[in-house]
Amino acid sequence: MPTYTINVNGNDHELEAEADMPLLWALRDTLGLIGTKFGCGIAQCGACTVHLNGAPMRSCSLPVSAVGKQAVRTIEGLAGDQGLHALQEAWIEQDVAQCGYCQAGQIMSAAALLARNAKPTDDDIDAAMAGNYCRCGTYNRIRSAIQSAAGNRQAQWVNAAPEIQS
Amino acid sequence: MSDLFESVRRAIAKQQNGQANGGIDRRSFVKLAGIGGSGLLLAAMAPKVLSATDGSPAEDTLLVSAELNAFVKIATDGKITIYSSNAEMGQGIKTALPMVIAEELGAKWEDVVVVQSPIDEARFGRHGAGGSTTVNRTFDQMRTMGASAREMFIGAGALVMEVPREELTAANSRVTHVSGQFRTFAQLATLAAQQEVPDPDALVFKERQDYTIIGSAVSGVDNLAITSGLALFGIDTRVPDMLYAAYHKCPAIGGRVVSANIDEIKRLPGVVDAFVVKGNGDVRELLDGIAIVGTNTHAVFSAKRKLKVKWDESQASKDSWSAMAARAQSLKGRRGSEEGLVKGDVDSVFADKNNTTLEAFYEYPFVAHLCMEPMNCTGHYRKAGSKANPGTKDELELWIPTQAPTRAYGPAKSLFGLEPEQIKVHQMRLGGSFGRRVYNEYVCEVTEISKRMEAPVKLTWTREDDIHHDFFRVGGFQSVKGSVDNKGKLVAFENHHMGMQTNGKPVVGSGFRPVEFPLQNIDNALVTHTMFDIATPCGPWRAPQSNTNAFVVQSFLDELAHASKRDYAKFLLEILGEPRWFEPGNIRSLNTGRAADVINLAVEKSGWGRAMPKGSGLGLAFFFSHAAHVAEVAHVSVDKNKKLRVHKVTVAVDVGPIINMSGATSQVEGAVIDGLSTMMAQKITMEKGRIQQSNFHDYTVLRMPAAPKVDIHFIQSDHAPTGLGEPALPPLAPAIGNAIFAATGHRVRKMPLSEEGYS
Repeated sequence: MPTYTINVNGNDHELEAEADMPLLWALRDTLGLIGTKFGCGIAQCGACTVHLNGAPMRSCSLPVSAVGKQAVRTIEGLAGDQGLHALQEAWIEQDVAQCGYCQAGQIMSAAALLARNAKPTDDDIDAAMAGNYCRCGTYNRIRSAIQSAAGNRQAQWVNAAPEIQS
Repeated sequence: MSDLFESVRRAIAKQQNGQANGGIDRRSFVKLAGIGGSGLLLAAMAPKVLSATDGSPAEDTLLVSAELNAFVKIATDGKITIYSSNAEMGQGIKTALPMVIAEELGAKWEDVVVVQSPIDEARFGRHGAGGSTTVNRTFDQMRTMGASAREMFIGAGALVMEVPREELTAANSRVTHVSGQFRTFAQLATLAAQQEVPDPDALVFKERQDYTIIGSAVSGVDNLAITSGLALFGIDTRVPDMLYAAYHKCPAIGGRVVSANIDEIKRLPGVVDAFVVKGNGDVRELLDGIAIVGTNTHAVFSAKRKLKVKWDESQASKDSWSAMAARAQSLKGRRGSEEGLVKGDVDSVFADKNNTTLEAFYEYPFVAHLCMEPMNCTGHYRKAGSKANPGTKDELELWIPTQAPTRAYGPAKSLFGLEPEQIKVHQMRLGGSFGRRVYNEYVCEVTEISKRMEAPVKLTWTREDDIHHDFFRVGGFQSVKGSVDNKGKLVAFENHHMGMQTNGKPVVGSGFRPVEFPLQNIDNALVTHTMFDIATPCGPWRAPQSNTNAFVVQSFLDELAHASKRDYAKFLLEILGEPRWFEPGNIRSLNTGRAADVINLAVEKSGWGRAMPKGSGLGLAFFFSHAAHVAEVAHVSVDKNKKLRVHKVTVAVDVGPIINMSGATSQVEGAVIDGLSTMMAQKITMEKGRIQQSNFHDYTVLRMPAAPKVDIHFIQSDHAPTGLGEPALPPLAPAIGNAIFAATGHRVRKMPLSEEGYS
C-alpha cells in the first residue's frame, strides 16, 4: 500500500492508504479526526468540507493521493492559540446548531468565505454556503452568525433574511 | 469563553472515558432508599476523587462530589453536573430538561455541566425521545429532581447557619438567609447529600413568575463540542482495535441472498472478511445481507460497490408507486369500503342546490428521513471465556445514535439470546432523526457482524443504503368533498382516505382519524378508507399523519372559502366556533379557544388581508397536533416561469410555557424550512419493490438561498408545556399552497411542487 505524507492543521502525518481513499476517510479513520463528517460521498451536501490551501473542499471526493503538499485544515484546527475562531463563538452565541451534524462543514465553508471576503453581504453568504445542506433548517441562524462574526451587524437572533416590501 | 472551552472539553472527555470504561462508576455509592413513583433513587454522600484521566486541571486537588439524586451531582468546586437521560437529536432536550432541574434547584446555569446519563431505567426513568412528548412526560419528574435537591441544600444551610429553614431560599447556586448571610452550594454539598430525602409529594414547585432559567434563551449544551469537531455522534465512536463494516441488503426490500462473489470481495484491499448473513426476515431486526469488514470505511464502501449478488426476490417487496397512483385515480370521487366516521347526513347536504359543493383529489408521496448522519452503530460482542470477556456469559456493548436505546434489548434476546444485563448501551447524540431512529435494525446488523468477527465493529451505512432502506413517511391520496351553505358556512365534509397497510394493519403515518379537524366541529361528516397493501417499510416522520393531513384539509378548506368568497381566516374561525376544549384536561385534544388565538395572532403579525401585488400572495393554515396549536401565514411570489420565492413565514404557536426560548425558536424555524424543503422536490418512488432514488443528486434538500425569513410568536398559555419538535411542520405545506393560489390562481393539490412545475 502506498504511503503519503499530508499536512493537516499544521502537522505532517504519514499514513498508508489506497491511492483512491478519499481524504475524508484518511482523516476520520486513519488520523482519528472525526470532526469532518460523512454525509453523502458524492460532494453534494458539504458535511465533509475542509480547507485545502484555504479553499473549501469536499473531502469525500478528494483522493488522499491528490493532496500532495497542500495544507489541509479541518474543524479541529480552526481554533487558534488565542481561542475559538470568531465563527465558532458566533455559532455558540447564536445557538445555531440543532442536530449539529452538518455544522462543522458549514463553519469551514463560512471560514473560507470570511478569509477571502471579510465583509460579505447576505447574497455573498448565500452563494458561498449554497453547497452545504442542513436538514434541520438552521440556515437563517447560520447567515446571522456569519454576519455577526464578520462584525457586519449585531446578532439577529431569530434570523437575518431581508424582508421584501410588497 | 476559554473557561467554557476547557470545561466542555473536559465534560466531553469525561463522557468519552465513561463510555469506554463502562459508564460513570457508581459502585462505591451507597444506595439509601428508593422513593415514590418517580423512580428516584437517593445516594448518600459519595466522596469521589476525580481521576487524572478526566482532563481536570485540578489533578492534584482532591475534589469531592456529592450526588443528591440520580440527576444532580455537585462537586465542592461548585460544578453542578446534571444528567440528561433522553436522546438528543436536535430537538434540544439535552439542554431543556436540565434547565428545568436547574430552575427548581436554584442553580446558576453557568455552574451546570450536562452529561448524558448511562442507560438505566430503574434509576433515570424511561429513556428515549419521540412524538414531541418528552418535555410533557418528564417536566414534573425534572422539577421533582431539582426541588428535592434544593430542599436538601436548604436543610444543610439551616444546620450550618443555625437558622430555621423557612428563612432560607436557594438561588444562584447559594442558600441565602433573610439576613443576607449565605452559603454556596459548593460549601454545602457534602452535608446536603446527608439530609433526609424530602417526600416528593410534599415538594412545592416554583411559580412561573419566579422563573429565571425556564423561558430564557440558552445555547445548547453541546455547542462547543459541535463547533470544535469533538466526538459526540454515534458515527464518531472509536474504540481500540475496532474494525469497520458495511452491510449490503437486497434493493427490493426483503430479498434473500442466494449467492455472492464473496471470495473476490475478500481479496480486495483493506477487506478483512466478507460473509453472508441470514436474517430473520423482520425488517425492523435483521434482513439478509452481505457483511463486508475491513480496516477502514473506504475499503468496505469500495468493496460494496464491487459486490455481485444473486437475490431470491420471491418474498421481496413488489411495490410500485405508479400502480398505487393509477389505482388511486380509479377511486377518485368514489367512497372507500371501510367506514371511518359517519356523522349526520352528508348526502342530503351535497344534494342541496343552495349549497356550494366542491370535490378535489389530493396526492402526497413517500418521503425519506435523510438524517445528515447516515445510520450507523458500533458494537462489541464479547463471547464468554474469550480474552475480552473471561466471564461465563456473553456480553454486548453498543454505541447507538438512537431515539429508543432500550429497544435494542428485544432483538438482542430473540436473535442472540442476550438478557438486558448482558448488554451495555451508550446513548450517542443523533445527527438528525425525525422519527427514523426509533428503529434499531442497524444494531442487530452490527451485533451479528461483531459476534462473527469477535472484535469491536463500527457499521456505517452509505447514503444509498440510508435512502433505500428507510422507514419512509407513507404516501397517499385523499378524495375530498365539502359544502358551504348560502351564508358561507361549512356544513359538510367528506374524505375518502386512500392509505397504506402491511399485513392488514395501517402503516405508521397512514390514517385520518375521527378527531381530525374539522370533523369534530361540524354536524355532517363522512370518512371512508381504502387501504392499499404495501411491503415498503414505513415509520414515523416528523408529525406522522399530521404532515400530510394538514396539507389536504387546510388546502381544501381554503378552496371552499374561495369558492364561497369568504376570507379564509374568518371561515376558519367560524368553523372552530365558540372557545371550547373537546376533552377538558387532555392537552392532546383540540381547544378551539387556543386555536383561535394562534390564528388571530398570525393574522395580525403577518398583515393578513392586505392588498398584494400581482404574482404575490399570502396563505394561511392552522393545525393542531402533538398538543400544539399552530397557525402559519406564508408570503410568496411566483414568476412566469413558476419560480417560487417564499419570502416570509409568520408562525404563531401555543405549546404552553416555553422552556428554552432559543431551542423553541430553532424548532419552529427548522420545521418551516424542513417543511418547505420536503414539499419543494422530495419524492420517493418505488418500482418492483426497488426505491428509485439513491442520494442527494436525485433527492434534494433545500439550500440556504431559498430559506425564507421566519417570524415566530409564542403564546405562553398556562397549559402544561409540551414538545415542539414536530407540530410547527404540518401547517407549512398548506400555508405555502394557499399562498401560491393567492398569487397565481393555481391550486396545489399534489406534492412535491417540482411535479407541478415549480422550482
